[in-house]
Amino acid sequence: MSLTVHSLSCARGGVQILAGVGFSVAKGEALILRGPNGSGKTTLLRTLAGLTPPLSGRIDVPPDGIAYAGHADGLKAPLSVAENLAFWAGVFGAAGIAPAVDAFDLHDLLDRPAGNLSAGQKRRLSLARLLVTGRPVWCLDEPTVSLDVDNVARFARAVGAHLAGGGSAVIATHIDLGLTNARSLDITPCTRAGQQPRQPRQPLAAQDIDPFLSEGAL
Amino acid sequence: MRGLLIRDLRLAIRAGGGFGLGLAFFLIVTVLMPFGIGPETGILTTVAPGILWIGALLACLLSLDRIFALDWEDGSLELLATSPLPLEAVAGIKALAHWLTTGLPLVAAAPVLAVLLNLPAQGFGWLIASLAVGTPALSALGTFGAALTVGLKRGGLLLSLLVLPLYVPTLLFGAEVARRGAGGLDALTPLAFLAGLSLLALAVMPFAAAAALRVNLR
Repeated sequence: MSLTVHSLSCARGGVQILAGVGFSVAKGEALILRGPNGSGKTTLLRTLAGLTPPLSGRIDVPPDGIAYAGHADGLKAPLSVAENLAFWAGVFGAAGIAPAVDAFDLHDLLDRPAGNLSAGQKRRLSLARLLVTGRPVWCLDEPTVSLDVDNVARFARAVGAHLAGGGSAVIATHIDLGLTNARSLDITPCTRAGQQPRQPRQPLAAQDIDPFLSEGAL
Repeated sequence: MRGLLIRDLRLAIRAGGGFGLGLAFFLIVTVLMPFGIGPETGILTTVAPGILWIGALLACLLSLDRIFALDWEDGSLELLATSPLPLEAVAGIKALAHWLTTGLPLVAAAPVLAVLLNLPAQGFGWLIASLAVGTPALSALGTFGAALTVGLKRGGLLLSLLVLPLYVPTLLFGAEVARRGAGGLDALTPLAFLAGLSLLALAVMPFAAAAALRVNLR
């Protein structure tokens, strides 16, 4: 197992969104998160990535295992495509950017400033970053936004190659990527299997939110 | 880590990076001051150390909100937080990059501008020493302030209010070194205090800034 989650509860902005989420993703397997807008897909992915601490529950993942890609592309507009990729390759200690450039067909764009790219090209560059992280578990939040049909297929091939190489992925998306080894998980806010559905969202008690803030440190 | 430093320096130098902002502000303040005060050299000599230090401090303050705000807006701060770099190192590198692009040019420009304010020749060495020792503290404290206010819309005002009281001890000892040096007195004691303040800020502030970033990234 490369990623196992036990009865996880997540909050966003001090409001509990998810409760009792549990799943596991094996090597070579993808988990597609599905659910309506606001159901907590992003919250779950941010919690998996370690950006938001979980309220309760446990996430079992190898250390430095998760590569996260959120809604924002995380590109520096004044730097060229090659410089953007090379920076992340340096941070993650990757050997080179060539495989990432190949996988997302960025050859013709390498010298262009990232600020001059179209939205779809920016997204491709942002997704190419995943390949230079060299991390086994990809946590992707709506990765296909602003990609055209050809590039969605290209992205699906990159995910397929990542899975075939023993990686795994958790992807929040509304479209069918056509992955062979994928399961779906329906995300519903604050429900537990077999328990009462849709508890009203309760604001958390102050001590649960943030001890740092409640001490009056800010 | 070196990659992050090189990226930040490159971004600062390229168009729209705000590299010359602090320096230009420092120049304007010190050039305008003799016009405002009048040409009597005696008065200028008396106020020169204080003016130069206040000018340098405000010039530093001017570019603080850029330290984390740009990375926050384009999403790269989240990606850095999920990268192998510890956030403490990110904060330390950001403070170093800020000092190299703001503090160091101020140190270099100060003796030239000191001529305009009729600073006695014997005080030049002490002025340079006090700025070289004191401006790293300004960058480190400012990085902490920028981390506290990252994500706030127009957090620049709050940032200034938070950081100014922290800057007062540095200003007191820094200007005292320059004043005593210009007056031909022994300035080693305030310089030692200034160095102590800088070392304390450099040692503590990256950790404080990283803690503030973790809270703000949730």
